[in-house]
Amino acid sequence: MPKDGGIGASSKRREDVRFLTGAGNYTDDINIRGQAHVFFLRSDVAHGTLNNVDTSEAEGMPGVVRIFTGADFEAVGSIPCGWQVTDRHGDPMQEPRHPVLAHGKVRHVGEPIAAVVAETLGQARDAAEAIVVEIDELPAVIDMKEAVKDGAPKVHDDLTSNLCYDWGFVEENKDAVNKAFDDAAHVTTLELVNNRLVANPMEPRVAVGDYSRSDDQHTLYTTSQNPHVIRLLMGAFVLGIPEHKLRVVAPDVGGGFGTKIFHYQEEAFCTFAAKACNRPVKWTSSRSEAFISDAHGRDHVTKIELALDGDNNFTAIRTDTYANMGAYLSTFAPSVPTWLHGTLMAGNYKTPLIYVNVKAVFTNTVPVDAYRGAGRPEATYQLERLVDKAAHELGVDPMELRRQNFITEFPYATPVAVEYDTGDYNATLDKLIEISDKAGFEARRKESEAKGKLRGFGMNCYIEACGIAPSNLVGQLGARAGLYESATVRVNATGGLVVMTGSHSHGQGHETTFSQVVAEMIGIDESMVDIVHGDTAKVPMGMGTYGSRSIAVGGSAMVRATEKIIAKAKKIASHLLEASESDIELKDGAFSVAGTDKSVAWGDVTLAAYVPHNYPLEDIEPGLEETAFYDPSNFTYPSGAYACEVELDPDTGHVTIERFAAADDFGNVINPMIVTGQVHGGLAQGIGQALMENCAYDSDGQLLSASYMDYAMPRASDLPFYSVDHSCQTPCTHNPLGVKGCGEAGAIGSPPAVVNAVLDAMRSGGKDVGHIDMPVTPARVWAAMHGAEANAARVGAVGSNAKPQPE
Amino acid sequence: MYNFEVERPTSVSNAVAALGRDEAQPLSGGQTLIPTLKARLAAPSVLVSLTGIEDMKGVRMEGDKLCIGGATTHATVMREAEAHYPGLASLAARIGDPAVRNRGTIGGSLANNDPSACYPAGALGSGATIVTNNREIAADDYFMGMFETALEEDEIVTEVKFPVPDAARYEKFIQPASRFPLVAAFVARFSDGVRVAITGASENGVFRWTEAEEALNGNFGADAVKGLSVSADGMIGDLHGSSAYRAHLVGVMTQRAVASIA
Repeated sequence: MPKDGGIGASSKRREDVRFLTGAGNYTDDINIRGQAHVFFLRSDVAHGTLNNVDTSEAEGMPGVVRIFTGADFEAVGSIPCGWQVTDRHGDPMQEPRHPVLAHGKVRHVGEPIAAVVAETLGQARDAAEAIVVEIDELPAVIDMKEAVKDGAPKVHDDLTSNLCYDWGFVEENKDAVNKAFDDAAHVTTLELVNNRLVANPMEPRVAVGDYSRSDDQHTLYTTSQNPHVIRLLMGAFVLGIPEHKLRVVAPDVGGGFGTKIFHYQEEAFCTFAAKACNRPVKWTSSRSEAFISDAHGRDHVTKIELALDGDNNFTAIRTDTYANMGAYLSTFAPSVPTWLHGTLMAGNYKTPLIYVNVKAVFTNTVPVDAYRGAGRPEATYQLERLVDKAAHELGVDPMELRRQNFITEFPYATPVAVEYDTGDYNATLDKLIEISDKAGFEARRKESEAKGKLRGFGMNCYIEACGIAPSNLVGQLGARAGLYESATVRVNATGGLVVMTGSHSHGQGHETTFSQVVAEMIGIDESMVDIVHGDTAKVPMGMGTYGSRSIAVGGSAMVRATEKIIAKAKKIASHLLEASESDIELKDGAFSVAGTDKSVAWGDVTLAAYVPHNYPLEDIEPGLEETAFYDPSNFTYPSGAYACEVELDPDTGHVTIERFAAADDFGNVINPMIVTGQVHGGLAQGIGQALMENCAYDSDGQLLSASYMDYAMPRASDLPFYSVDHSCQTPCTHNPLGVKGCGEAGAIGSPPAVVNAVLDAMRSGGKDVGHIDMPVTPARVWAAMHGAEANAARVGAVGSNAKPQPE
Repeated sequence: MYNFEVERPTSVSNAVAALGRDEAQPLSGGQTLIPTLKARLAAPSVLVSLTGIEDMKGVRMEGDKLCIGGATTHATVMREAEAHYPGLASLAARIGDPAVRNRGTIGGSLANNDPSACYPAGALGSGATIVTNNREIAADDYFMGMFETALEEDEIVTEVKFPVPDAARYEKFIQPASRFPLVAAFVARFSDGVRVAITGASENGVFRWTEAEEALNGNFGADAVKGLSVSADGMIGDLHGSSAYRAHLVGVMTQRAVASIA
């Protein structure tokens, strides 16, 4: 029977009441008395020498408080990068300076050149139009392979080239991998593009800076997934403000998907300008600005090869990837194509030898960083497209080829430096076959064909890694941060609890899920637990939310803190019950003495802690408040199998998703409804990437898809009713809840299934084109189906996002 | 947007007078103009709102013509034209989304003449008459190219008169981001002939596919247009589809429209 509360219950999302009734408190809802408004004048060219920024006329415009240019920030630090990758020769990556406002050069369309602070936004905008900017335009580098050629224009003149790093993983395996390819019975090769995406959270970015002269306190309200990280990066590296003088608040945040992890110039600007102007200063991104200033995602161009022996066992994988960094290194950009990507290249398979090469490249485009899945979708897409292609080349069932090569014994150490603790890939594949009704596919295909349509079935497996850790390991890998999480549990005198977590919720439903965990541990009603997050003045130093880490890391910290609370409460209870501490049991919110009917309620114990009249003061302090920091010993490894069924209109190339099934293993599940919702959202974004989303630049560096008129977001009508199952559960072995994380799986696992299904549909129509790049738009499908007759070599050729459209 | 004044006339004559002011611009449903103003891509001094003019609103039959006031919203046409001209009501029902349909107007759409808009295909494909405060213009003489029409300065589309065909069908293949037509075909079968209008495809905006019309006049069936094709020259090629793809879709959409009413 379903529980009505606690772990395993589908408790309704408590935060939705305020979100759905307009009672949320988003950053743009924050208006401080006396606040001025900021408008950023942004570059409209991709690359150029910034000769002069003349603000003289603009400064006299009505309402102008002050105008800032790059010169005002020369004494200020560079926007820092939070991860240093070491290349295959042992050298550090090339790391350019990233100014708050452009100085000397502009390097991408959208880079801020000047900022006007004025009484109203309209006045700021009017004044910005009066600023005279002199730019000598330079040739832009957009295509990554062009960017690394000798003589290519350099994005950063002080770097040796546009190559940020050339990373080999595991470099020592390279020769053995090459030999395995020499010895292979069959080699499958695939060249593909992982299309650049714009994250598009519903709420655009906002920053409000405030400064109090009376106590020299800075406050930044910002749309962030990790306010403590922003406080550390901005305070220590950019503005030189110690943390006790800087408070960062990320209140209700309307979606992040990764792009709100990073520290942006606008945050530093508003914090800086609030003091410089002695006024609160507010900036709210327009949607148009978001397209050219939020970090983009993905954008890999890859060649991947699979070696198989005569029995179709995978013997080696070799990859060669170009990863776009954009014009500057966003906070975690270098880690995405390396440690979040290379480490996943084993997938679900016991391939003994793997070598991953990644060349990270600077281009005159918006910086690229983590987007839902971050590196893992790129790994999964390559691998699962490759395995499917191999199966078709060998004439074997793609599902069975996967099954034959599955890892089946755990723990399993991969050749790419990670150890999977648990998993059961056959179980999720069997579940997928059931929930996708694979058996009924042929009948459905016939129905489609009777209507003149083609129907395809595609599937894939996936493995991902959540809760990147432990801190000492990631430090060795180049992280300039720890990856623990914090929790403080404050019990009030009458028994209610406030939990302060370093995790940050921006749509995930943490307030509900986390309350369920703590309530379950104590045996009290969820309504007695409140969750506080997103304010560095309230919450101990925490690392925030990304990489599906919140329940696995943040939840574990909360468990550890609650365990401390319970241990102390048992001491108090043993005193009140005059019994030995070892005999005290906590059940359903009451402490009892084992084997007796003596008990004392939770509320009586908590009251005793704060009104310690009858209390063991000689043994323990009054009060009931505990903090824990949890640093995991390993990643968690969710896994699963996804299937997609498409219908393809051969006359137009239009593809519709008819069915989609997802069988996931997330370990233990706290709130099944919320987990289902997370999978639904991830699938929408993965299907969006596969079918329609495409961030495209022209060769001059102008963003072609700079609004919703040209950037296609998936809508409800583009998506089917999903079949989602997470009943296959192999609990994580190394965290106290046995949980793995579910936030990104849908986006990681779905693109290959969609593309595999489209190719299957095309094959059923007599067109075997081998590969088609995402997004699989009608125009591309049509071109592929017709190009296959005329010129098959063109289909699947390595493309570039600068040339998005097959002619 | 920049600051501007707003005039809200209640008669066509007052609207025309207001449009005589310096840098005045008419505003109907605002589904194109308001986003343009927000992006500061236009800076009129005066906006003359046409939606308060009752004479310019509504759907009625006058003889054998369906007359739609220029300030009538797509949603109203969707509901009220259904009984008289279901093919046109169906076109209106598929413009944009409910928010667009409840604000956008037929006069605004025809005056703007976006090369990917729906209504130009309905008007040209029906052989409608565009009525302004000054004159009546046959659809064949009205659409002059991308965002170009025969309208003079200070001329307002007050009404559109549609001859009602025996059958008509609008087939639209959408551009997935904007949901405007990537290519759409409006086919109308009258007792005295067939009209085929194509939107979304051409760099010159909506056009009549006369070759298809001739073939369909001889034999109204999808087979009649199956072998026909339009040249990719002059077709729009962009992020969402090459000119060759658009040319191909002209044929597919036309065939489908014909098949559904043959």
